[in-house]
Amino acid sequence: MKKLIQWQSFSNGLWKENPVLALMLGLCPLLAISSSVTDSLGMGAAFTFVLLGSNLMISCLRRLVPNQVRIPVFIVIIATFGTITDYTLAAYLPELKRNLGVFLPLIVVNCIVLGRAEAFASRNNVLNSLLDGLGMGLGFTLIIVLMAVIREGLGNGTLGPLKLFGQNYQPFLIMILPPGAFLVLGFLIALKNSLDRRKKC
Amino acid sequence: MLNQLNLGLIFLSAFLVNNILLIKFIALCSFFGLSNSLTASLGMGLAVVFVMVMSSSVSWAVYHYLLIPLHLEYLRTATFILTIASLVQFEEIIIRKKSPALYRALGIYLPLITTNCAILAAAFLGIDYQLNFVQNVVYALGVSGGYCLAILLFAGLRERVNSAPVAKSFQGVPIAFITASLMSLAFLGFKGLFKL
Repeated sequence: MKKLIQWQSFSNGLWKENPVLALMLGLCPLLAISSSVTDSLGMGAAFTFVLLGSNLMISCLRRLVPNQVRIPVFIVIIATFGTITDYTLAAYLPELKRNLGVFLPLIVVNCIVLGRAEAFASRNNVLNSLLDGLGMGLGFTLIIVLMAVIREGLGNGTLGPLKLFGQNYQPFLIMILPPGAFLVLGFLIALKNSLDRRKKC
Repeated sequence: MLNQLNLGLIFLSAFLVNNILLIKFIALCSFFGLSNSLTASLGMGLAVVFVMVMSSSVSWAVYHYLLIPLHLEYLRTATFILTIASLVQFEEIIIRKKSPALYRALGIYLPLITTNCAILAAAFLGIDYQLNFVQNVVYALGVSGGYCLAILLFAGLRERVNSAPVAKSFQGVPIAFITASLMSLAFLGFKGLFKL
């Protein structure tokens, strides 16, 4: 029974309550960064780290924080982890930090992180909160990388350092540009809707 | 760079060419969440203009006169978000006392604004672009005006789309994304206005 609950806290984020496709949260970095596969992997990792760290801290402190001031406390905890990520990347991966730009510090106001802190970590024990953070983080990473594969693959004919098509490939340029991001996500959500509907029948 | 342009071009760049919603992809939660109704979009748009101009000026001053002299630049994220949250609270109290009519119009949108990442992003971007104070105010006006324009146009489009026959799996959110994609394509056309 306990194992089952733990599995559920982890797997919820991957598909059923996927933060992007089902809950429609965290759209800004998703759409902006998904034009490149490498940057998407970096964003997913940074995001998962912040989510894990803040879920861990908030779950540890959940009995100590008075209810009235919980939101400011959560925000300060999340901002701390956001700053740690920001400066770590600046020191070790400056190029990635430059590509992620303003979206790295903006993880702080990302609705997924605050949403999980409020809805899950402040009510559950440490292990489940960690699993929930990991599941949500991976669910986000999965979608952002999937979008990046579609967008970079079609729009540029590459996947990171890999060349997908031959010399004569005419890039489908719109996919790399901002409109492509909206387009691909619209189609992905429609795909999830139709799969979920088919399952119900 | 942006800080070498004149004020009019800074405004245009933020307002149309680098539209915060459709080109920069910031604050999309409110873009998709509120654009179901034209009145809600108008309220949110005006609240964003009002708060963004003030908050980015205050954050600019805090960064340049408090954090830099004390060498505390690494506290930028935490400081800005607390500054903005308390500023919004403060503005809410003032408006409620001084102008009940305005409060009725903007009231429910003000608390939501704290989590609207456009506000925080404008404060960060103004500093990243190394703007001076006046440029920063003009930039904030442009960004928030662009937000207003895009969300109002989008709300209008969505009201039309709602009454159109759409395939079942595309109903609701997916078709909204496709609509946004076409709008973003239109805004991309402004790229040719001037070269940065």
